[in-house]
Amino acid sequence: MYDRIFLPKKITLENGKTVYEKRSRLPFIVALLLLAVIISIRITGFELELLLERWMQFFVIIGQMIPPNWEHFSNIWVPLLDTIKMSLLGSLLGALVALPIAVLASSNIVKSKVVVALFTFFLSILRTLPTLISALIATFVFGLGTVAGTVAIFLFTLAYVGKLLYEQIENVDMGAFEAMESIGLTKVQAFRYAVFPQILPNYLSTSLFCFEGNVRYAAILGYVGAGGIGLLLNEGLGWRNYANVGIILLLLVITVFIIENASEYFRKKLM
Amino acid sequence: MNTIENQLKWEPKNKTYMITVSLILLLLFGWSLSAIDLSEMETQGFQVAINIITGILQPDLELLLTFNQQGVLYLLIETVAIAFLGTIIGAILAIPFAFLSASNVVPAPVAYVTRIVLIFVRTVPAIVYGLMFIRVTGPGAFAGVLTMSLTSIGMLSKLYVDAIEDLDTKVLESMTSIGCNIFEKIRFGIIPQLFAMFLSIVIYRFDMNLRDAAVLGLVGAGGIGAPLIFAMNAYRWNEVGSLLIGLVILILLVEWLSNRLRAKLVRG
Repeated sequence: MYDRIFLPKKITLENGKTVYEKRSRLPFIVALLLLAVIISIRITGFELELLLERWMQFFVIIGQMIPPNWEHFSNIWVPLLDTIKMSLLGSLLGALVALPIAVLASSNIVKSKVVVALFTFFLSILRTLPTLISALIATFVFGLGTVAGTVAIFLFTLAYVGKLLYEQIENVDMGAFEAMESIGLTKVQAFRYAVFPQILPNYLSTSLFCFEGNVRYAAILGYVGAGGIGLLLNEGLGWRNYANVGIILLLLVITVFIIENASEYFRKKLM
Repeated sequence: MNTIENQLKWEPKNKTYMITVSLILLLLFGWSLSAIDLSEMETQGFQVAINIITGILQPDLELLLTFNQQGVLYLLIETVAIAFLGTIIGAILAIPFAFLSASNVVPAPVAYVTRIVLIFVRTVPAIVYGLMFIRVTGPGAFAGVLTMSLTSIGMLSKLYVDAIEDLDTKVLESMTSIGCNIFEKIRFGIIPQLFAMFLSIVIYRFDMNLRDAAVLGLVGAGGIGAPLIFAMNAYRWNEVGSLLIGLVILILLVEWLSNRLRAKLVRG
């Protein structure tokens, strides 16, 4: 299509032959991107002058966070532990439930096309829902508190681990599975001994990675009332008590840093 | 005793290790169970769940299909615009930070300090930035764009660094040996190696930012989030349904597009 509008360049070589060089698509793509940027600027009301005039305000807020209010620490650590508990429980349960669902969603194990389509669809719908929105819905069903947050994290982990897992199962070497089926093992047994060992390291590593990310997500779930440290964060920001926000963020960064490094250590060991 | 059984005996025995790991996991599981307090569960939760599902199954079609300032389509376009602009700004600003934290480009202390700063930038939740930027620019999509740019800088520079540290320096050495100057080295030695990788990372990040932008509205930073939370708080579940359907379709569409584009980039 593009080549028909912008005809290829004709080059005559020294020996008299002519060759065609296709025109670069770069100008077209750049023009398209520029157009998109201009439209976005219109829609979002991006004003450089306002930004240049008031960008200091942002650093004023950061300045108020330093030094952090250390006395606030005694109020923080219980919600912080709640946050970790929520993400731990949600990730553990989610990763466990993801396994059977991923098996049902992988087309090389389950032969029924309807079942596979149903479960892949279920997983992709679940994955598109942002965690904060599922947490918001969960607060309506389970009431305010950590249960709603755990449910939101559980759903996200289920979707994320489930998707990566069924892609891995579909890429597994099926020879061993077929051989075991042919000597009379049931499908479950064959899966346990032929496929499971192949996906286990990846499964554990994905689950750990997901847990890592979940701690970050869990930190904001309190914003919609789903328990954890987000509630205090929201309170501090609402009352403009930035020194309190500063200590919360500092503790959060330290926690996430520790968990990330621990999980990275174990993931490297798994590989 | 046949060969198979003999061979099986050679299997490394890591039973103690496995049992310890399982025990630790179980302990953690038990510990985290204490966060669950079902006594506070609302009794009408089940009824609400049914209401939500019927609302999503019977969406407000008028809201979903009409195109005006309150319609789902306009809100989705606004969300995409926030994510797009934020990603572009973040993608450009992240490049210097990435080079400053790559240990094969700058001295180790500089790389280390930049990395710590980036860890801070990355860990602070997007919503907190949103609330801070609202104090700067006032509520609206502009605050959302700034938030997305800042979070993108944190995430993108981390991914960029991996690409930069994998640079093939042999090319640069051979270019030095044939007498290229520094700009030629950057133009013909570094950019061709990094461009496709960076582009792929940016497209991936746009996909992620779209989800975040959908949430930012909860704090008043524009996009689809604000109408969503209003509709939920007012228990207008068919409006929630139409907003969620629009969001899910948009995210699936963008994800599919981004996967296709990235597959094309990888294949060249």
